Amino acid sequence: MADNIQLDDNGRLRHFLGIEGLNQAIITEILDTAESFTSVTDRAIKKVPILRGKTVANLFFEASTRTRSTFELAEQRLSADILSLNVDTSATVKGESLLDTLQNLEAMQIDMFVIRHQDSGSAHFFAQHVRPGVSVLNAGDGQHEHPTQAMLDMYTIRHYKQDFTGLRVAIVGDILHSRVARSQIHALNLLNTAEIRVIAPRTLLPVETESLGVSVYEDLERGLEDVDVVIMLRLQKERMRGALLPSEKEYFRKYGLSQERLRRAKPDAIVMHPGPANRGVEIESSVMDGSQSVILQQVSFGISVRMAVMSIVVGQSGLQSGGAA
Amino acid sequence: MKLRIRNGLLVDPGAAKPQQADLFVDGGKIVATGKAPAGFKAAKTIDAQGRWVMPGLVDCQARLRDPGQPEKANIASETAAAVARGITTLCIPPDTQPPIDNSATVELIHHRNEMFGHKARLYPIGALTRGLGGEQLSNMASLRDNGCIAFSNARFPLASNLVQRRAMDYAAGQDSLVVIQPLDFELLGNGCAHEGAIATRLGLPAIPVAAETAALAKDIELVAQTGARTHFGQLSSARSAEMIARAKAKGLPVTANCAIHQLFLTDHDIGTFNSNMLTIPPLRSQYDRDALRAAVADGTIDCLCSDHQPHEVDAKLKPFPSAEPGISGLDTLLALALRLVEEDLLPLAELIARLTRNPATIFGLSGGRIATGEIADLIVVDPETHWICKAEDFISKGKNTPFEGWDFNASVTHTVIGGEIVYEAAPPE
Repeated sequence: MADNIQLDDNGRLRHFLGIEGLNQAIITEILDTAESFTSVTDRAIKKVPILRGKTVANLFFEASTRTRSTFELAEQRLSADILSLNVDTSATVKGESLLDTLQNLEAMQIDMFVIRHQDSGSAHFFAQHVRPGVSVLNAGDGQHEHPTQAMLDMYTIRHYKQDFTGLRVAIVGDILHSRVARSQIHALNLLNTAEIRVIAPRTLLPVETESLGVSVYEDLERGLEDVDVVIMLRLQKERMRGALLPSEKEYFRKYGLSQERLRRAKPDAIVMHPGPANRGVEIESSVMDGSQSVILQQVSFGISVRMAVMSIVVGQSGLQSGGAA
Repeated sequence: MKLRIRNGLLVDPGAAKPQQADLFVDGGKIVATGKAPAGFKAAKTIDAQGRWVMPGLVDCQARLRDPGQPEKANIASETAAAVARGITTLCIPPDTQPPIDNSATVELIHHRNEMFGHKARLYPIGALTRGLGGEQLSNMASLRDNGCIAFSNARFPLASNLVQRRAMDYAAGQDSLVVIQPLDFELLGNGCAHEGAIATRLGLPAIPVAAETAALAKDIELVAQTGARTHFGQLSSARSAEMIARAKAKGLPVTANCAIHQLFLTDHDIGTFNSNMLTIPPLRSQYDRDALRAAVADGTIDCLCSDHQPHEVDAKLKPFPSAEPGISGLDTLLALALRLVEEDLLPLAELIARLTRNPATIFGLSGGRIATGEIADLIVVDPETHWICKAEDFISKGKNTPFEGWDFNASVTHTVIGGEIVYEAAPPE
């Protein structure tokens, strides 16, 4: 990308807006740093002083449960002061522009913004307009990217599978509307994953999906053949309106992950889901709670991954690796 | 005033070859080219040595935001930009606030132009339906009597094909031109970028080509049904150009324009969510851009327009999908168009025809020619003044340009409207 505002002049992470435009060294640094933080999470006193004296604002223009709470926990464990705003219920409803909201908060000496917004590109927009020295972390922008979710997914895969280069990964479901899928695809490609498959009915696939560096399957059973990792995406109920899908029932029949279908994947394949899952729509309960599911582990890894990203952005990864340099 | 334009290269869109000659103006008209009429004593002489003399541009789609949106622009600011950039005539779509669906708004526009304007000729396009609501026909005959040169529903949907058919019938009955920007509003949805790899990667809600072509196919069928003379505006796709070519080959009374930016930009230019690249219809693929260029060259697309949509700064200071679409185009229309000649797409006189004679003929306006007896709406262009496009230098109140930093080679030195010099560039230092 021509104007990669995520990186500073030395190639170090300044904002965390999307996986696209990053490089393998930064991704690996995030994963390694996250690993070093898992021990913090396991300690009795779960705090380190990396963000002591810094103020982080969590701006959620869209509802969120786990992303927001794991960000807040990560911030607390890094000893930050925290300001959390559900913006959809406050100022912007009264007509305040996004830029005004940002500038008013900046006046409160915020050091870092964590933002989720319904517009693709909103995190870039914020990053283009914050003062120098202030960082922006994307907690999901429209249908564009959700990079911390993708990083915790990469962390999970690396935790169970170690190396990406021999892996076949399938992403199943609503690719069209999924910012998680876009970030995952970029991350998997940067980590040299052997094959990335996306599996969905055509109405839930964006055009030219292959241009993202994936192979496309419209048949779930074929797509699951011999994969090492199955990532299920949440199917929003509103997709039944607007004629994207006939019914939840038919979706589950064609694209729901059942025990029987999972047998097509490798025997040691892991099953992931960014949550919140719809049991019986995209995934059968027995798979979700089954031995191959790592869905709950993903959530707990989310804290250390977000701690890692925030530490690196303030220049304190705690690791000696040189980042992108 | 008796005016002599000396020794310029006269670019008449009707002529095969530009000719170097003097041009004489009197009583608001061109009275001679070449030799001065007997007894002609110029009150003023413009030295056009090394310059082009051509008809003033007729921009068949320009929003001046007046009345109704003074934060974006007004007649004073936009006619100042127009005349300084060589545009002498502007056709104004009806989506002002209030819309141009009543004679009072038409009169208000003319009144403001007289009071505050810079002599550019303004021609309102009337609303096809009352309030642009899409349901009830506007008083088309009265609006026509009051100076509306065509009728359009701008970018507002019609309630049904039946309303559209009747509106076109009614317009055809009084031999009025109908102007349509073909759009299927359901297929458009909340889209903001061309449906292709770029929108896929950026996660931007996408606008398929069929949002234009499905509507255009229906519109062309209604032209065949009603016989209404119809001008299709702001085409964006290769398929649209093909459909217009076929309709013309069948002898249907259709013509078309394309916004100049569609010939220079593609969805790749969105880059990292550059909201100045947000337009409706969207910037499309390189394939579409090349096909549109070919259609301009072969005459399938009759006219080029600015599709001028000036905005206040805040309108674009938003994340891409929430920003307002449109480009401030008056300041760059001529400079961009002349690039097509530099790039050998078509000869100069042919290009100028698409900016002058063709829109004038289609919309039934005077001007667009350099010949004895024609009105003296003229511009003098210096083809060798290098300048770099900077939004801050725009004369238009709208600084929303995607062409920041582009190099251009031509600029207007004089603009003459009705025989009167209305703009003269400051001499170079």
